Amino acid sequence: MSGYAADVATLARKDLLLELRSRDTLPAMLLFVVSALTVFHFALPEDSSVRAETGLLWIAIVFTALLGLTRAFAPEREDGLLDGLVLAPCDRSAIWAGKTIGVMAFLVLAELVALPAFALFFHSLSWELVAAMALADVGIAAIGTLLAAIAVASRARELLLPLLFLPLAIPVVIGGVGASVAANPGSFLGFLGLYDAVFAILSWASFEYVITE
Amino acid sequence: MIRARELSKRFGDKRVLEGLELEVPRGGFVLVTGPNGSGKTTLLRLCAGLTAPTGGELEVDAPRGSIGFLAHEPLVYRELTALENLDLYGRLYRIPERRERCGAMLERFGLWGSRNERAGTFSRGVLQRLAICRSFLHDPDLLLLDEPFDGLDTEGAKMLYLRLAEHGSTALVATHDPKSLAIRATARLALA
Repeated sequence: MSGYAADVATLARKDLLLELRSRDTLPAMLLFVVSALTVFHFALPEDSSVRAETGLLWIAIVFTALLGLTRAFAPEREDGLLDGLVLAPCDRSAIWAGKTIGVMAFLVLAELVALPAFALFFHSLSWELVAAMALADVGIAAIGTLLAAIAVASRARELLLPLLFLPLAIPVVIGGVGASVAANPGSFLGFLGLYDAVFAILSWASFEYVITE
Repeated sequence: MIRARELSKRFGDKRVLEGLELEVPRGGFVLVTGPNGSGKTTLLRLCAGLTAPTGGELEVDAPRGSIGFLAHEPLVYRELTALENLDLYGRLYRIPERRERCGAMLERFGLWGSRNERAGTFSRGVLQRLAICRSFLHDPDLLLLDEPFDGLDTEGAKMLYLRLAEHGSTALVATHDPKSLAIRATARLALA
């Protein structure tokens, strides 16, 4: 394994281990997404459209991701640990990559519960929906981790993160709903792939400037 | 190794350092003293590259991976054990024979028996010992120590003193108790 990949693996493993021990983030994400889908199930009329149901699923996923992102840098913020990581000789973008993998893992685990719940409450899952969600996870985790790092330096971090993240999540919802219900899902999946590539490169390249003064 | 010319740092309207002149040769051991709020911690953070000066020049002839930084916070993860914390830093600093090195540091600072306990369960003094292990783990060329004896008991202070006495690297040590390191010091910087 190259030095960079080893650093990313070390940092991602650390985040997964911290969550395994503290159980701060994932249970909250699971509870939120199941609660949101339950509320939507009773709020929607029985003859609601597939588009409306799918749209609400995507909204639930975006807000579940936001919940995870709010806690993404919590251990580092509480004990000033970013200083320790920044001083290490590894490439600083490895901190972003490791954190992104952790966020993505939590999001995938939340979706493993959310998608069966959605199928139970609303309608069966299509391969297009699952593929779109997998692509969306990459983009949400990539840009969300960068924005969480920006917000964590601010005193108004709980306000700042949603304000930064939600506008950038709109294309994910458009692409996700489009891929799930449109006649030509390929173009929407391509759009989500492009979103992932653009924001992953942007976040990877700019992370160092975000965490250093 | 460290050279500061007219170094200044402000946080908004608040002036923390102004026109500081400092020269620390390789191997120098400088004690930084001064009252609370005089800029000791800020000077160490500037030298570590964790914050940027607002004026003047600062040259630090030490690459990022060769700085040992001991801050007010221990910079360890509370949910990880003492050994896991050192192993994490050992991996990031790519220390050869990492496991042996981590074990030796823990043993040296009397933490071997607590190696599998989570850092969050440690007292202030034990956390400080772990933070010292972390700071010295990669055998740094430049030590930046902020109140290193804070929270340490007599035994812990003795262990640190011995480590500093045998360590030949350059050091900048912020302290309210300069007497304890007076013999080792090559210079003193008093901030107002």
